[in-house]
Amino acid sequence: MLREIPSQTAGPYVHIGLVPSAAGIPFEPERDWGRMLGPGARGERIRIEGIVFDGTGSPVKDAVLELWQPDAAGRFPGRDPGADPAFSGFGRVATDFGTGLFAFETVKPGRVPTAEGRLQAPHATLLIFARGINIHLHTRIYFEDEAAANAEDPVLALIEQPCRRETLIARRALREGLPVYRFDVHIQGPNETVFFDV
Amino acid sequence: MDNAPRAFRPRDRARHPVAWFPDYKSSVYRSPRLPLVSLSATRSELTAPLFGHDLIRATDNDLLVNGRVDGDPIGPRIVLFGRVLDEEGRPVPNVLIELWQANAAGRYRHVNDTYRAPIDPNFWGVGRTLSEPDGSYRFRTIRPGPYPWRNRVNDWRPAHIHISLWGASLCQRLISQIYFEGDPLLPLCPIFNSIPDPAARERLVAKLDMSESLPHDTLAWRFDIVLRGPRQTWFENLREGA
Ligand SMILES: [Fe+3]
Repeated sequence: MLREIPSQTAGPYVHIGLVPSAAGIPFEPERDWGRMLGPGARGERIRIEGIVFDGTGSPVKDAVLELWQPDAAGRFPGRDPGADPAFSGFGRVATDFGTGLFAFETVKPGRVPTAEGRLQAPHATLLIFARGINIHLHTRIYFEDEAAANAEDPVLALIEQPCRRETLIARRALREGLPVYRFDVHIQGPNETVFFDV
Repeated sequence: MDNAPRAFRPRDRARHPVAWFPDYKSSVYRSPRLPLVSLSATRSELTAPLFGHDLIRATDNDLLVNGRVDGDPIGPRIVLFGRVLDEEGRPVPNVLIELWQANAAGRYRHVNDTYRAPIDPNFWGVGRTLSEPDGSYRFRTIRPGPYPWRNRVNDWRPAHIHISLWGASLCQRLISQIYFEGDPLLPLCPIFNSIPDPAARERLVAKLDMSESLPHDTLAWRFDIVLRGPRQTWFENLREGA
């Protein structure tokens, strides 16, 4: 049997490969993978934004983040029949070099069942790559205004300490009429985000 | 509805780098302290974005050409090639392979790279491709140079090419680095050594392959990429455009 090749850090220059415009390279100047929806996308249009903090509480300003989620009906683009053609499901952004802020323009995801048929609460998967991260961090973004669904979510229930479940809940606010969910990631510290091994 | 593998073998973390590796200083404050929560993959993890050929342009896998302004990039011309396989040895098609690298002098085309070595005006150092139906892939580029980095006072990275892989499932998502056989900087590198298992380290080292080298043109380096394999049956993948 062969073995999966080992991971290595994406390093400080990850942008060249994954977000060339952030590095200053016109490889694909027109592409903005942070906008996951086109005109006519179904469902509630939302923005997810936040900052990744390191163990000293400082923003991580050189990370690349990827988001993967179903459309508003819980269908995965390219994988499920009937998925919304105006929605990509995939987002990739660099954190701002000055502030560390990241942002995705997306839709509120629908619910997806587990293999056993239990409904999961609406969520998106977030992957984090950066210098100093030897193997990428994998977490989930849930939504504050889905309290009932969150309470019965089988993955949140796997987290032993209820206080740690809170690290996966994005906080909702309205900005000029657009719902903005705030999701900060704490790599270490008293509010260390839950990361998954899948 | 199910067009993705149903389950993967658990990722063997003993064959991956440790997250907290003090010789690599920034890993100390960028690694979780609490245990990861183990999760049996749901469709959220078994699926992945479908990257199609509409994403790939003809010169995307040819770094000798894609950043060209008025001449060839400087440095040893190489072909980097191999196959993408799963742990069962089966070819994995349609894997999005993205790579990035320094130029022959060890300098990245990046606003944050301040190393004194020169920028090559004809080289971007970025490429991408999709693996073929038989899992094969191929890039043309120049061999990157080693470069110093701020870690311990005199740390130098061995020559390497960064690669990013998106397979059919998020469970297979991986970013790594390809090194070159015989590089004396390898045993000195804290990033390479963050992988505790020497046999696993060795799997990141590309091998010189004279049979694919083009006389008077390019040396060839072979690197096979192994992604996680399914634990049970594969379901038919949706074909592109299906
Ligand atoms: Fe590098």
